[in-house]
Order: sequence, then structure tokens, then C-alpha cells
Amino acid sequence: MEISRRSGAEFRGGSDDISAPVIDVSHVSTKYGQAVVHEDISLSIHRGEIFAIAGGNGCGKTTLLREIIGLIAPSSGTIRLFGIDSRQLVMSDGHPVHRRFGVMFQQGGLFSSLTLAENVAVPLREHTTLSEALIHDIVAAKIAMVELPPESAAKYPNELSGGMRRRAALARALVMDPELLFLDEPTAGLDPIIASGFDELVKSLKHLLGLTVVMVTHDLDSLWQITDRVAVLGYGKVLGIGTMEELFQSDDQYIREYFQGDRGRDARKQAGRRAAGRDA
Amino acid sequence: MERQATISVENNVVYCRGAWTLPNLPQLERGGQTLRWPDAPTILYNAAEVTAMDTGGALLLRRCITGLQYKGHQTSLQGLKPEFAQLLQRVQTQPTHGGGNAAARKVKWADSPLRVIHSRQTSALRALAFIGESTLAFCRSIAQPRSIRWKSLMRFVELDGVRALPITGLLTFLVGVVIAYQGAEQLRKFGTNIFIVDLVGISLLREIAPLIVAILIAGRSGSAYAAQIGTMKVTEELDAVRTLGISPMNLLVVPRALGLTIALPLLTVYADVVGVFGGMLIALGELNVSFVEFVARFEEAVPVRHFLIGLGKAPFFAALIALVGCYQGFQIRGGVDDVGRHTTTSVVQGIFLVIVFDAICSILLNWWDL
Repeated sequence: MEISRRSGAEFRGGSDDISAPVIDVSHVSTKYGQAVVHEDISLSIHRGEIFAIAGGNGCGKTTLLREIIGLIAPSSGTIRLFGIDSRQLVMSDGHPVHRRFGVMFQQGGLFSSLTLAENVAVPLREHTTLSEALIHDIVAAKIAMVELPPESAAKYPNELSGGMRRRAALARALVMDPELLFLDEPTAGLDPIIASGFDELVKSLKHLLGLTVVMVTHDLDSLWQITDRVAVLGYGKVLGIGTMEELFQSDDQYIREYFQGDRGRDARKQAGRRAAGRDA
Repeated sequence: MERQATISVENNVVYCRGAWTLPNLPQLERGGQTLRWPDAPTILYNAAEVTAMDTGGALLLRRCITGLQYKGHQTSLQGLKPEFAQLLQRVQTQPTHGGGNAAARKVKWADSPLRVIHSRQTSALRALAFIGESTLAFCRSIAQPRSIRWKSLMRFVELDGVRALPITGLLTFLVGVVIAYQGAEQLRKFGTNIFIVDLVGISLLREIAPLIVAILIAGRSGSAYAAQIGTMKVTEELDAVRTLGISPMNLLVVPRALGLTIALPLLTVYADVVGVFGGMLIALGELNVSFVEFVARFEEAVPVRHFLIGLGKAPFFAALIALVGCYQGFQIRGGVDDVGRHTTTSVVQGIFLVIVFDAICSILLNWWDL
């Protein structure tokens, strides 16, 4: 289902070309002094897919994500986001392309001085001239969309539990109805019920809003259950890109270890069972 | 793709057209308000020409429809693309709960003064508890000097004492210069140039040097204590310390308080010397009082008790500053915001208490003719 919901590149910046990749990472290397984080990484992410960046701890997943969204600049190579060089984002705050994507940070990144509802409303107040009543309605709709109880809207972030904070951050990332959603370790530290609920939520929002989702995760269950394609990072390189089933069959030593351990096999079985259950 | 979005009425049918997305919503909203709604029992919505819709657009359409239903009209929607209909359905099933938010904000008239009194009460109690706790920890440390973390204590002596030498030196030097300049003007009129020594010596040693140093350290170290302990609380380090069976008082408060109590008197002596030196330079330049004359006069004009009184106040200033800083640090509960607020409070309260204590000392010492 391809929903054409966009209007006007002049409002959002960047190209509106449907067929071009949303994100194009080419030959990116990152070095901090002597330490090499990435070496010649290339990948592209297409419209409408749920793409995951996987890999062990400290392999530079989050660094790559931060480079894509223009928080830091890579040492060499280019990253294009909607056709715009991410270096432009690093250089200039408030680039219009910021309205086309939402980011959910690992710790939420909620403003602690604002209530949940005010947090979610921040992008609307900054970027639109909507009436107070409509802002209130949109915020309430988004809070309900991420399945947070309405009474939590008046609470401050430090009064929310970890899972609720994660959802609140998601609501804020979604409030401008972005085309592209970045999730940094969305299910880390959540209990299995909430984590799988979160996976379902991302999936249903993807269908409802026609999102492209890029997530950094090493949650094997999430990888099996909701992703369309996965890139595995390791030793500073992309070790493999493909569907989970393709990666599962991979010959690469590291990928095999990553996905074919006991946990990996369990997650695969689980996903298979789920899929079977859904078909029946 | 159509870039504009419109809502219009033709023959009792409401036509929705174009991209119902965020950039167009303000314009649509205004359009809806000025629209002359048809007055028929059943109103048809035609949304076949809606080319794009996001959550905000769906909400606006929903509001238009429910608004008419509220006025007693029947409505029916036609031609909306299935994917948009799904979105509309999603925002439709949401309970409206505008009241919940407002109710939480509505407060009784007596609420705010009562809350202020209550919060003052609890914070006074907490401060009292903290004073008690820290006094206990202090006594225990004195009884068992081995339990004091000497390494960390010495680090605070270095950080808050040695590292503060340049700035305290510069400031008290300048204050000495200022006092001497102001005095020189008046003394020259009377031809009593040599009294510059009394003026600079007594005022600096007894009051100004200890006070300047204490105020500076309240801003420099008191704030640091509050921010350090507060950040540890926010990042759960404080909880970790407790569960590891270590007393936060012993680990964090005692070394800081003792360290500052050692450092501040030393800084005060240093400030005395540098401040008086500043005064000496001006005395030489403005009043032709040579260094030898100055020092000779200093011995007879400034009794040692002034120096001792100034020095004696310093440890109390130090204890006040350190305790206020640590106390404010422990009071931090929420997040980043709270750290900033309590850090500011620690500085303000630290300086306040230092000056109040100094004033009390002045009054008492005056009664006792010292």
C-alpha cells in the first residue's frame, strides 16, 4: 500500500521522488583519532520498509544512526537522507528535512521540564500555526495511538515508567506524521510482553501511516518478527544485508554466531509460530 | 499531486479536496470556521478528491463531522479512499478526554498558599534531618578517624583550596586596592596618611577577606557539590552506593565538608596577605607610606585578635557552604531541570547563610567588646 500523503517539498525539504532510496549511505568511514568505528559502509534503505541495523555491542550501530540523522558527520563518505547530504544537517539546525523524520532516542530524550502532552506538542508548536484546540486533539490522538493512557498526558517524564517513556518518545517522534521513523534500541530493557507489544505497535503504525522505519536493535525477537531487511554490522563493516531468513543461511562466521545461537533459533521458531498462527 | 487543500459547500454537499496534511491544516481550519454550513437534516460529505491525509487531517475531518452531528444533523461520508478511511477510523475510536487534562490543572483558590506552606514545612524537616544525619556522621568520623576517606578529603582540599588560589588571590588583591583608594582620598584631607594601615588591615583581616573568600567558594564549590551529588542521584549512582553498603554521608558529605573546612581557613590567610599587599601598593603610590612604615604601623595598629576573628569564622563558613551544597544535591529528585534549580539554590542559600552568620558574629563580638 503506497500512500501518497506528502505535499510540497518546499515545506519539508528534500526530494519527493518515490522510487529513490530514502536513505543512501555510501562508503562511509568513521574514525575517532586512532579508533576506527566504521570502514567503507554502504547501504540503502527504501521507502516503506522496516529496516534494522543489528550487530554486537560497540560495533557502531548507534554511531551510524547518529550520522544518518545528521547529529555527527562521518569522517569520509556521504550519507543522503531524502537526497540531502547529511552534512548539511550537521552544519545547519532547523533544516526543513527535519520535519520529514522522527527520532526516538534510547533514553527517550523527553524534556524533563515539560509534561508528556507538552513534550508531544513541541514539534507542532515549533513548526505549525495550528490552533490550540487542534494541537490538543492531535496530541491526544498520538498519545492514544501509542497506547498510553490519557491520564498520563499531564504527567512529567520522571513520573513515567521506562516503557511509558519509550512510548511517549515515540508519540513525539510521530506527531508531525513523518515519513521516516528512527528507533534507537526501542525494546532494550522492556519486559517481553511490553517489548512484543511495542513491536506490534511499530508494525501497525507502519501500515496505518505508511512509515519507513529504521531501527537499531539487537533484540532477536524484534528482528525476526517485524523487520523486512536487516544489515549486520561487525568489525566496522557491513557483514551482510538481507531478510532474516537470508542472513540465517549466511556463511559468514560472525553472522552465524549472531543468529544461529540458541537464542537466535528460538526467536526464529517463535516468529514462525506467530506467522503460522496469523495465517490460521 | 494537488498541493492545496480546500473545504467547500456546494448544493448541501460538503466537498473536501486536496492534501489534508499538516502544512495545509491551519488554512483548512480557518476555512472551516468561516464556512457557511448547509442547514439540511442530512449532510453529505464528499471526500473523493482528497489526495493525501495524515493524522492531523483525519482529526480535522472528524471534528467537522462530529461538529455537525452535535448540531443535530445526519451526516454521511462518501468517496474517501480506503487507506484514509482506516486512519479516520483510528482517530474516530479514540475517546475524547479533553477534560482529564484540564481537571488536573484546575486548582482550588487556597491551594497554592497551602502547598507553599506544606512544602516549606517538609523542606524544613528535611533540612533538619540532614543536619542531624551529617552531625552524626561527623561525630562518628571524629571518633573513628580511620573511617574518614582521607584520599578523597585531600582531593577536595586540592580542588576547592589549591585550585582556587589564583582567583581568590586576584579578587582580594583588587579589594585591597579598592579599599586603599577609597580610604586614601579621605585620609589625605586630614593628613593622617598612616591610618591607611588601620583601615586596610582591620577591615580586610577581620571582615572582608574571609567574606570574599567564602562568597567565592560558595559559588565555586557549593554549586559543584550540589551538581555532583544531584547528578549521581539522577544516574542512580547514589542508590548503587547505598546498596553496596556504603554510607553516602561518609562517602560524599564528610570528605567534602571536612576538606572545605581545612581549605577555607588556609585560603583566608592567603587572601589576607594578598589583600593587605594590594593595600600596601596603593598606600605607597597614593599616600607615600613606604613598605617599612606600613609594616611597622601594622604591628601596633592591628591587634592579632582581628586576624584570629577573621580566621575563626572561616571554618564555620566552610561548613555552612559544604552542608548547603550537599543538602541541595540530595534534594534533587527529577531530572536535568531539578539539577539546575537546586544548584542555583545551593549558591544563593550558601551566600545568604554566610552573610547572616557573619552579621550575627559582628553583633555578638561587638557586645563582648572584641
